[in-house]
Amino acid sequence: MDFSLNDEQKLFQESVENFVAKEFDLNKRRALFESEEGFSREHWARFAELGWLGLAIAEENGGLGGSALDLVVLMEGLGRELAPSPYLASVVLGGGLVERAGSNEQKAAILPALAAGEMLLAFAYAEPSSRYDLTRVGIRAEEKNDGWALSGQKSVVFYAQSADKLIVSAVAAEGISLFLLDRGAAGLNLRSYPTIDGLRAAEVMLNGVSAQPLGALGEALPVIESAIDRATIAVSAEALGIMQTLIEMTRAYVAERKQFGTVIGKFQVLQHALVDMYMAHELSKSLTYRAAAALAGADPGAGARAASAAKVQIGKAGKLIGQQAVQLHGGMGMTDEFAIGHYFKRLAMIETLFGDTDHHRRRFASLVSE
Amino acid sequence: MELSLSSNDAAFRQEVRDFIRAELPADIKSKVERGQRLVKEDYVRWQKMLYEKGWIAPGWPLEHGGPGWTPLQRHLFEEELAAASAPRIVPFGLSMVAPVIMAFGDAAQKAYYLPRILSSEDWWCQGYSEPGSGADLASLATKAVPDGKDYIVTGQKTWTTLAQYADMIFCLVRTSTEGKPQEGISFLLIDIHLPGIEVRPIRTMDGGAEINDVFFDNVRVPQANRIGEENKGWTYAKFLLGYERTGIAAIGRSKQELRQLKAIARAESAGDHSLAEDGAFVAKLADLEIDILALESLVLRIVADETAGRTPGPEASILKIRGTEIQQRLSELALEAIGYYANPYIAEAREAGWNEASIGPEYAANIAPHYFNWRKASIYGGTNEIQKNIIAKMVLGL
Repeated sequence: MDFSLNDEQKLFQESVENFVAKEFDLNKRRALFESEEGFSREHWARFAELGWLGLAIAEENGGLGGSALDLVVLMEGLGRELAPSPYLASVVLGGGLVERAGSNEQKAAILPALAAGEMLLAFAYAEPSSRYDLTRVGIRAEEKNDGWALSGQKSVVFYAQSADKLIVSAVAAEGISLFLLDRGAAGLNLRSYPTIDGLRAAEVMLNGVSAQPLGALGEALPVIESAIDRATIAVSAEALGIMQTLIEMTRAYVAERKQFGTVIGKFQVLQHALVDMYMAHELSKSLTYRAAAALAGADPGAGARAASAAKVQIGKAGKLIGQQAVQLHGGMGMTDEFAIGHYFKRLAMIETLFGDTDHHRRRFASLVSE
Repeated sequence: MELSLSSNDAAFRQEVRDFIRAELPADIKSKVERGQRLVKEDYVRWQKMLYEKGWIAPGWPLEHGGPGWTPLQRHLFEEELAAASAPRIVPFGLSMVAPVIMAFGDAAQKAYYLPRILSSEDWWCQGYSEPGSGADLASLATKAVPDGKDYIVTGQKTWTTLAQYADMIFCLVRTSTEGKPQEGISFLLIDIHLPGIEVRPIRTMDGGAEINDVFFDNVRVPQANRIGEENKGWTYAKFLLGYERTGIAAIGRSKQELRQLKAIARAESAGDHSLAEDGAFVAKLADLEIDILALESLVLRIVADETAGRTPGPEASILKIRGTEIQQRLSELALEAIGYYANPYIAEAREAGWNEASIGPEYAANIAPHYFNWRKASIYGGTNEIQKNIIAKMVLGL
């Protein structure tokens, strides 16, 4: 039942935090934002060397076979310095889907290359009118003589422009299915854009794009849900790192900023605001770690419920901590120059990923326990 | 998110569960389930049964009669007690004054008091707050003036829970007005039946009379009843704050109340479906359940820390704040759930043996009184605002 970190995980946590603190800061992040892909391929190669890209992939597929808790440690560390990368899109989602649904051939062709940093994936699932409902899929998959052809639109596909292959959810005669296609395939159009929190995404337009099935036709929904649950825990962990940094920055700021002849951290009303932030983070951390442990358990229903519980907690805590961090910084919190706003924006966008607080609250309530 | 326990711990939990199921007297269990008032005899009868079993003092070291359980086992024990609707173990003797006696008492005090606490022979209460000293406890004014081998104690304590049942009261008293207020306080163990002591009940808004004023008029108390050194009482009282903190989250009790609340929601109708299917209520229940899960996860993290030999620090104040917020929201949602039947109030219905037909559903009778009574939770034991001050200072360094 112990979901605290073991010694190995503590060492790993230290090494992640050290690397991220050395490699990422606000100025470097600005430079990355201006770059073509929004992240650095050199960093990506380093991630591969450090074993991070294979962390969440099973050993028999060329990965390290890490647990959900290992993934949480890594994501939390990336969140501490707001390190931009396609990790969530390519490794957690893309790799997770191939691992769950792929044939042996597909796994062998993709996963070792993914772990080596030689291939990037993106997962296209949301659509303009699907909101957070994974069952609302409008893209049609038509069988044609030499395979399958997909047509329709997918929304806000993170790092699609950088991906070598896209995984797309679509409806075939058998029901919701997953397909794999090349990003350069004929009939595929990307409208790429930056996101408000400094990442990259694209609207994906498919017009008879040829694709191969990933997994059994009509049986994709539980696979998608399971991969998204894992990604939900991963992004919750990223949020934990962000919240911790926001709290540390805010604490340091109120301990130094002087008004009325004293540091403003002496004012009880600000102290209590900061304590509320601190408590929200501690509770979020406890629940997310426990949810990661539940996800690793045998019962998929329990894992789903745990992921939704964590996302609700993270959603509420993220809003409180992000908004209060800006408030306690006063005017400085509003500036682009200060890091606070950058962290706040990422937290606010995490709320939209894989379902917001309301969505997961409903899902949690519908997955009945005792 | 059920806990996966080691086979040892699972067997332990089963043993506790079986024992409570077999032994907890039905009349006491029924009172707890219905939220009826427990009297001294109820608490003492059950505590003596736990004493006979060797389980009454989970947090005590073996040498003084504790069962030698791990922190996780202690947590499981509390959870099982709550889930089975057993009365709470009255904390004033067993988990408040006893650790202070063990740590700072002399040999005679240990030999005399600890066995009597363990067997529930003495009922203890806590004499800290005074009319002029609430949050600012160190300003307390009840004075103890040396006179030969005794002190003469004069003053007033207040909010003293269940003092009407007590044999002993542990008090913080002023023995010096020199220096800082904290440096003139001593810790005294006082026989509450001594001449000059008067206990007067305070009626609370829920109709109950659990708390009391305790008046001291020139009460002669042997100096041998002082814990440790004169004027060091504040240190001993602060030590107490660091002891057994995970229990104050009362997570087992909140989980049990959540189960009861869900059952009520299923029984109450809201239009053409039950309240358990009403979107707005379901959302509030889900939020509350997730908050309970998060707090429980934090408790388990701290339990794991304790198991690894680390003493929980001031961050345990989170447990008090969040635990009581959750308890209050449970009481609030229960009040909401019963609708109009929050209104009827028959004082006798709170007592065991009341056997007239209930007004409205049977579960409704004690929900409103509990809601009003439980506003105390964010006030007692250091208000939640004081707890935030502690975190701001001790954890955040502000």
